[in-house]
Amino acid sequence: MPENITLRVARYRPEQEEEPTFDEYAVPLNKDWSVLDGLNYIKDELDGTLSYRWSCRMGICGSCGASVNGQPKLTCATFLHDYAPGPVRIEPLANFPIIRDLVVELTDFMHKLGTVKPWIVREEEQPVEDGEYLQTPAELADYKQYSMCINCMLCYSACPVYGLDPHFIGPAAIALAQRYNLDNRDEGARDRLTVLNQPEGIWGCTFVGECSRACPKDVDPAGAIQRYKVTAAMATVKSLLMPWGER
Amino acid sequence: MSYFARLYKPRMSVFWWMSRPTYLMFVLRELSSVFVAWFIVYLLLFARAVGQGPEQYQRFLDWAASPWLIALNIVAFLFVVYHAITFANLTPQAMVVKLRGRTVPGPLMAASVYVGWLVVSAILAWLVVG
Repeated sequence: MPENITLRVARYRPEQEEEPTFDEYAVPLNKDWSVLDGLNYIKDELDGTLSYRWSCRMGICGSCGASVNGQPKLTCATFLHDYAPGPVRIEPLANFPIIRDLVVELTDFMHKLGTVKPWIVREEEQPVEDGEYLQTPAELADYKQYSMCINCMLCYSACPVYGLDPHFIGPAAIALAQRYNLDNRDEGARDRLTVLNQPEGIWGCTFVGECSRACPKDVDPAGAIQRYKVTAAMATVKSLLMPWGER
Repeated sequence: MSYFARLYKPRMSVFWWMSRPTYLMFVLRELSSVFVAWFIVYLLLFARAVGQGPEQYQRFLDWAASPWLIALNIVAFLFVVYHAITFANLTPQAMVVKLRGRTVPGPLMAASVYVGWLVVSAILAWLVVG
């Protein structure tokens, strides 16, 4: 029999309590168990009322983010053994309203994401018979890093700017805007600039850098934002010097 | 039966910047700007004293030798060095430079900032001491 480790899990049951509390559960400290395995053990064996999100178990879907000992983590990619002997404190991702237990409300992000048009914008679609939009490996490399974002919200949870000012559009939305801005097939950079060249857009970021440290996919949203600041500043200077030029 | 979720909205602590070492380092980095500004003011005061003749210059030197000002300038110097180091280290994240179609690696970018810093410091040292 493996030894146990204690998980202190935040519980918020809106029908019976005003604010979150903690429940403790002893789960087996199996060598290959992730924090998510521990939560699934609680759900299956100890307390079926525990609510949390998860899906793929392999760091792809971005559903299972939670705060583990105060750090935003994908629970499927965080191993209980690294926290032995425990206890391990598991809370919902910081900076989001809590719906229940570890489940947070993400509507704000979903709305903001839509505003940056995270898809390939074309002024004119080429006919299907003309074939694919071709791209060289070098052109792919320009944006590939940003395309690895899985919308897991760990960066928002790590970002104190978002925590202090919920109007800030946030790291992932800007990184995903850059993913399309840097794609040579895209023609929507001007639309995104209008949304992001704002105080609550890129200029809200003070380059804490914690979003990039929290990112499980090495997207480096902080880098994306700083690069976009350079682009936006150049565009502003250009429009001031050449107001008659193409905007 | 309809169900309306009653969301719990956590509030950030006023002391959020003490919750992680990286947050604290960020706040210190922001604070370092105050000391950068102080050195600019100090330099302007120095230039004004030089322009006003030997007597004012000597008075400035006496003021600059006061213990509290030396202590302040030591603290300011440490903050300015921290400011410069973080600036150099963060440069590769903010700038992507391509040479002959290839992206210059981040460490090389940071190294070029350090080299530039050293060259400028050497020139200034030569002007002051040499």
